[in-house]
Amino acid sequence: MRVLLAVLCTATVLLLDRRAGVLAVAILFAMSSVVQAHGVAGQRFFPATILTDDPFVADEGSLPTITLSPTGPDGSQEIDIGTDLSKRILRKLDFTLHTQWAQSRPVGAPATTSWRGLDSGLQYQLFVNDDRESMGLVGLNVSWAGGLRNVTTLTPTFDFGKGLGELPESLKFLRPLAVTGNLSFDFPTQTESAGAPNPNNFNYGFAFEYSLPYLECCVKDVGLRHPFSQMIPLVEVAFSTPVNRNAGLKTTGTIQPGVIWSGKYYQIGAEAIIPANGATGHGLGAVVQLHWYLDDLFPHSIGRPILGRKS
Amino acid sequence: MKKIFAALVVGASFAFVSPAASAHAFLDHASPAVGSSVSAAPTIVTLWFTQDLEPAFSTVTVTDKAGQRVDLGNALVPPGEPAELQVGLKKLPKGTYTVQWRVVSVDTHNTQGHFTFDVRGG
Repeated sequence: MRVLLAVLCTATVLLLDRRAGVLAVAILFAMSSVVQAHGVAGQRFFPATILTDDPFVADEGSLPTITLSPTGPDGSQEIDIGTDLSKRILRKLDFTLHTQWAQSRPVGAPATTSWRGLDSGLQYQLFVNDDRESMGLVGLNVSWAGGLRNVTTLTPTFDFGKGLGELPESLKFLRPLAVTGNLSFDFPTQTESAGAPNPNNFNYGFAFEYSLPYLECCVKDVGLRHPFSQMIPLVEVAFSTPVNRNAGLKTTGTIQPGVIWSGKYYQIGAEAIIPANGATGHGLGAVVQLHWYLDDLFPHSIGRPILGRKS
Repeated sequence: MKKIFAALVVGASFAFVSPAASAHAFLDHASPAVGSSVSAAPTIVTLWFTQDLEPAFSTVTVTDKAGQRVDLGNALVPPGEPAELQVGLKKLPKGTYTVQWRVVSVDTHNTQGHFTFDVRGG
């Protein structure tokens, strides 16, 4: 495991520059005392979801995320391979990076493989309430022009998570339920590019989770054992609605039922992708993701904030 | 070339210098079991966690429905059982009891939680 991470870190530094290498070494040998990351609020563990943004700062990464999209409205098909990184700078502040490669298969044309571009973000943990099993986060994401994109887009976002552990005894089997969600708004830096309008989009997504680990640890031990006791069935939904300059563009979105299995150092997620309407596509798609808990893999080095002695 | 060398040094450092990995300590199971109903009053509550604990910062209390402590205040991580936490109990009459735990794993992640169990007969 450590060797794999070493290879990944080496590749990362190669892709960056010498300053990144120096920074990485500094992080590696930095010392501090308390560590807390992940999506943990009280006894609630929020897994990193695939479709909707997570409401917590973290030292985590996804590699890979493989997506077989539903057939597009024009009949095209696409397979994506993506990777994400969240890295805390301070205890409540992290940055995110995301990129992916796509192989598109248009109808009647040869398949093409291309880089989708780079997304980055800066996120601040507004609050974590242990007793209420709730958390909130604000962030600013930037989708940079490059790759298949010809415009840079700024997207302020608000993400939240809430567990239902406060439900009364009569509803105790609903206590494992939790919802996370995100609301964001796209601001393209150009109103038009490559002859097409760039609308402002309102984006909204939710993940509805039923945590079997929560059921076992906090409600009733029903006798589930590994690996079932670590599974979190969920349904994610996400939509994007153009609010101006739409030129015939419609709301698009997907509904994604699936399951996340969470281990000590990583989690595995798999979801079906169902287009919410004809403007999104038709047929079924699927996504699988391997997600790494860097704070648990490397609690004394890269799994801690870059700055600050406590986390 | 220097960049490649620096990258290899960093990569090797992560592979060989990083301390042993650990993780958050979540409750794996308990005795009496979470949400269970037992016929005989237990004399001890035992919790098993998914990770080894830091004994000095790990504790568990048990309260009755009125919020009164019914444990003996002797919570401990037994020698040789680093992922286990125990606390002795007073003689429990019939009723519902809440176990509240707060632990720190050996890599300093902290977690907390609570659950209930019922005693049908004292």
